Amino acid sequence: MNGLLRSWLTELGGMAVLAGGTLRQALRPPFERRLWLDQLFQLGVQSLTITNVTLLFTGMVLAVQTAYSLSSYGGTSFVGNLLSLAIVRELGPVLTALMVAGRVGAGITAEIGSMTVTEQVDALRVLAASPTKKLVVPRVGALVIALPLLTVLADVVGLFGGMVMAVSEIGQSRAYFVSHVLLAITVHDVTSGVGKTFFFAFFIGIIACYNGLAATGGADGVGRATTNTVVVASIAVIVSDFFLTKIFLFF
Amino acid sequence: MAAPFLRFVGVHKSFDGKEVLRGVDLDVREGETCVVLGGSGSGKSVLIRHAVGLHRPDAGEVWVDGTEISGLDEEELLDTRKKVGMLFQAGALFDSMTVRDNVGFALEEHTTWDDDKVLARVLEVLKLVELDGVLELMPADLSGGMRKRVALARAIALAPRAILYDEPTTGLDPITANTINHLIRSLQAKLGVTSIVVTHDILSAFTVGDRIAFLQDGKILFHGTVDEAKSAPVPLLRNFLQGGGYA
Repeated sequence: MNGLLRSWLTELGGMAVLAGGTLRQALRPPFERRLWLDQLFQLGVQSLTITNVTLLFTGMVLAVQTAYSLSSYGGTSFVGNLLSLAIVRELGPVLTALMVAGRVGAGITAEIGSMTVTEQVDALRVLAASPTKKLVVPRVGALVIALPLLTVLADVVGLFGGMVMAVSEIGQSRAYFVSHVLLAITVHDVTSGVGKTFFFAFFIGIIACYNGLAATGGADGVGRATTNTVVVASIAVIVSDFFLTKIFLFF
Repeated sequence: MAAPFLRFVGVHKSFDGKEVLRGVDLDVREGETCVVLGGSGSGKSVLIRHAVGLHRPDAGEVWVDGTEISGLDEEELLDTRKKVGMLFQAGALFDSMTVRDNVGFALEEHTTWDDDKVLARVLEVLKLVELDGVLELMPADLSGGMRKRVALARAIALAPRAILYDEPTTGLDPITANTINHLIRSLQAKLGVTSIVVTHDILSAFTVGDRIAFLQDGKILFHGTVDEAKSAPVPLLRNFLQGGGYA
């Protein structure tokens, strides 16, 4: 048990050191614009399908479920209100982050892990370049920019899915659904939902890069590191969501 | 006698409780080629990785060009790393970059040269390693020998004062290995750099080395010229050379 605890604390300490180094290097010129743009495309644009499909069907199933539950109380008119709060405050940010943790987190760890075990990261260091600056900062930075944008778009797609079901299943008009959505959502709902994603993105990025840089052995080691990233990043999103929600409720 | 460019003083290193280096003392003089010879797992690669700060000694000192580097952080190591190039065992080329970008990497990082000047230097060092027409190829398109040459070109692009070779001939056929040996020799003659070659290949050691250090069980058991090595009264070294048919 002591060994396990020590290994967790070592990992946590390593991630904290990497996070500090990343923030320091991110603020220090030169800014690697080309690397950032490459990563924004790979991590952001190429995640559009998975995040939007996830929220589209979540919105649809949520509309069906809430309509079914509310129908016994004659409250189907509130489907839009419930759906919008659930998606904008919780499901949009969390599901988008979980999808990104799986797709992007695993990809980052596999890529950096392969570079680590084939000594490419050592080669970077020997060529007097910083792996943090070259590998970690562009990926974490691109994630911090991309995840909030992906979330906003996924929220809209999720609400669209809900609207399609509200129109086809319970006969609401589009205008009626949209008016209820707009009535229910406040600016605070949007800022607290999207605000959390900056933290999710940072956590996913640091966990993925740390596991990649710490990979040892060969393909087996990279595989283990990749699995570890998906598990730890997903748990980090779920657990931090609770605490971040509590914090955002103060403001 | 030239001053040592690189000094290891009582270097100890363990991994997970296993002692790999047990008090290594070694001087490598400016401009010479020192071969660290030893069997697999004797700690040769671990030793030279200390010279660029990829490993830190548990005890002892590592001096590069008059600076003790074992206590330096990554920032403070940058100057030392610009002076020392390294050829990794498998090349360690950046597989997402072309040959041109790999070789020009350090120049883009550490100089303010324009693209034309970088390209001219890339072509110059590729010519030094006897490669032509590979600029836009990816590492995956290259053979093992070509990959080592490109990695060597990358290591010398910034004109370092020392080059570390980690098993330069391992995994190559005898003809390609021989070509790499002669390349190491010719680079030393043309560039006048200090070189450390880590190998278990005795032919390679005798071809490229001015002096040989024999590392066994984490200690240097012999250090002297190639001729001295051939007649040294060190039983383990004699066994090693006999195994390769050289004693």
